[in-house]
Amino acid sequence: MLSIKDLSYSFKNEGKSNPIFKQLSLDVKSGEFVSVIGASGSGKSTFFKLITGLLEPDQGDIMVEGQKTGKRLGSIGYMPQKDLLLPWRTVLENVLLPLEVTKEHKQARIPEIREWLSRFGLAEYEKAYPNELSGGMKQRVAFLRTLMTGRDLLLLDEPFGALDSLTKRNMHSWLLDLWGELKKTVLFITHDLEEAILLSDRIYLLQDTGIKEMKVTLPRPRSSQLIYQSEFITMRKELEWLIHNES
Amino acid sequence: MKARLKKWTEEYGLFLLVVILLVSGWEWIVRQGIIPSFILPAPSAVWGALLENKQLLFEEHLPATLKEVLIGFCLSVIGGLILGVAMHFSRSIEKVLYPFLVISQTVPLIAISPIFIMWFGYSIWSKIAVTILTAFFPIVVSTYDGLKTGGHEYRELLLTMGANRWTIFKKIQIPMALPAIFSGLKMSVVYCVVGATIGEWLGASEGLGYFSRRMSGNLKADAVFASIFLLSMLGIVLFLFIGLLEKQVLKNKNRFN
Repeated sequence: MLSIKDLSYSFKNEGKSNPIFKQLSLDVKSGEFVSVIGASGSGKSTFFKLITGLLEPDQGDIMVEGQKTGKRLGSIGYMPQKDLLLPWRTVLENVLLPLEVTKEHKQARIPEIREWLSRFGLAEYEKAYPNELSGGMKQRVAFLRTLMTGRDLLLLDEPFGALDSLTKRNMHSWLLDLWGELKKTVLFITHDLEEAILLSDRIYLLQDTGIKEMKVTLPRPRSSQLIYQSEFITMRKELEWLIHNES
Repeated sequence: MKARLKKWTEEYGLFLLVVILLVSGWEWIVRQGIIPSFILPAPSAVWGALLENKQLLFEEHLPATLKEVLIGFCLSVIGGLILGVAMHFSRSIEKVLYPFLVISQTVPLIAISPIFIMWFGYSIWSKIAVTILTAFFPIVVSTYDGLKTGGHEYRELLLTMGANRWTIFKKIQIPMALPAIFSGLKMSVVYCVVGATIGEWLGASEGLGYFSRRMSGNLKADAVFASIFLLSMLGIVLFLFIGLLEKQVLKNKNRFN
């Protein structure tokens, strides 16, 4: 689905170049949920901008669905860190935005969107404006908007990073419930280890020295109660060990 | 109804009280003979002059000024928006135009107006030219700056959806620029009244500026004040009208928190 080979990128600032990725490679298979963990400043967001096509790598290839396309913009569903809902549009109008961009027929999709909204617990908020929604709701609307791009590969950039821990917990349960039937591939950025283990099939650790991979062997379907079980805690220890032995 | 009245009093009550005090003080000073009435006419005398000349003022001069203001404002809006958008889209246009825009505002109006009279004569167009010169600048600047404001992250989001420049302009930049554009329009419409008055002052056969100039020549201070009062009312009404329009258009757009 997504394959990155020997990617290098550096920030150029007043003639000085400041490398943040060197020879970075990773693969995401169709239907996988893969997390990328990195401390703040490890260039996570830059990494996502490279994948979406907002930035171009200095060296290396980024292939989406096996194609080394020149134009990646528009081929990936991107959900930014902030919800970025347009404050002057209602929930429904915000969700329709990707369809307007690709000039699809909106009216035909509205019943489908209504159904999604009710499954997301937003049925009564169709005509509400973003400032009338709670943080969790905004994030769900933003997620639905990302789904409406119709892309198979979704890039989620710390989508729950700004939420309080209770809301975050609810969003995890919600996403786990949804995952089975979504039939999407997800690349998920986070700095929350628990979140990464709970949601992912595989985890990549992004560090100065390179990239490390860890498989999450917990069976699906999962529930958010999993975090209290011993297998989960073992995985978490393993992950922390990986992080500390890297640096 | 009662609640609305209360809110209204809270909002404007203090202002009205001060106005009443000022006007009464003014009236008292003139009546006491502290300031002679040909220098500062009493408010009652101004009101009297307004009523005395009401036919002339309301049927001839006010419509003439209003016409200049409206034509000048419409042309400024059209031109200002086009220039602002063009500068937004093309860096070279911006680089060429911006200095000219600033120069156009540093030229003293009083000095350049005779040139307009030479070009357009005493026709309405000499007044409209002065009006446009004063009024288009805030529109260009507010449009240009408004289109630049923020929205960087929204732009990136739409790019990842595959949007082109025009779609981003339509869906993000215009709505985000509207509050700034409306501020520009409000300033501009007030400047229009100023511009039209200056134009009339320098050469006209009708209009409130022409009227006040003629009256000042006759040392009729009360009539000068009456026309000033009307001009300021005209500015206020136009300003409020744009404000109302802004409220309607931005009903959901000012939900930026």
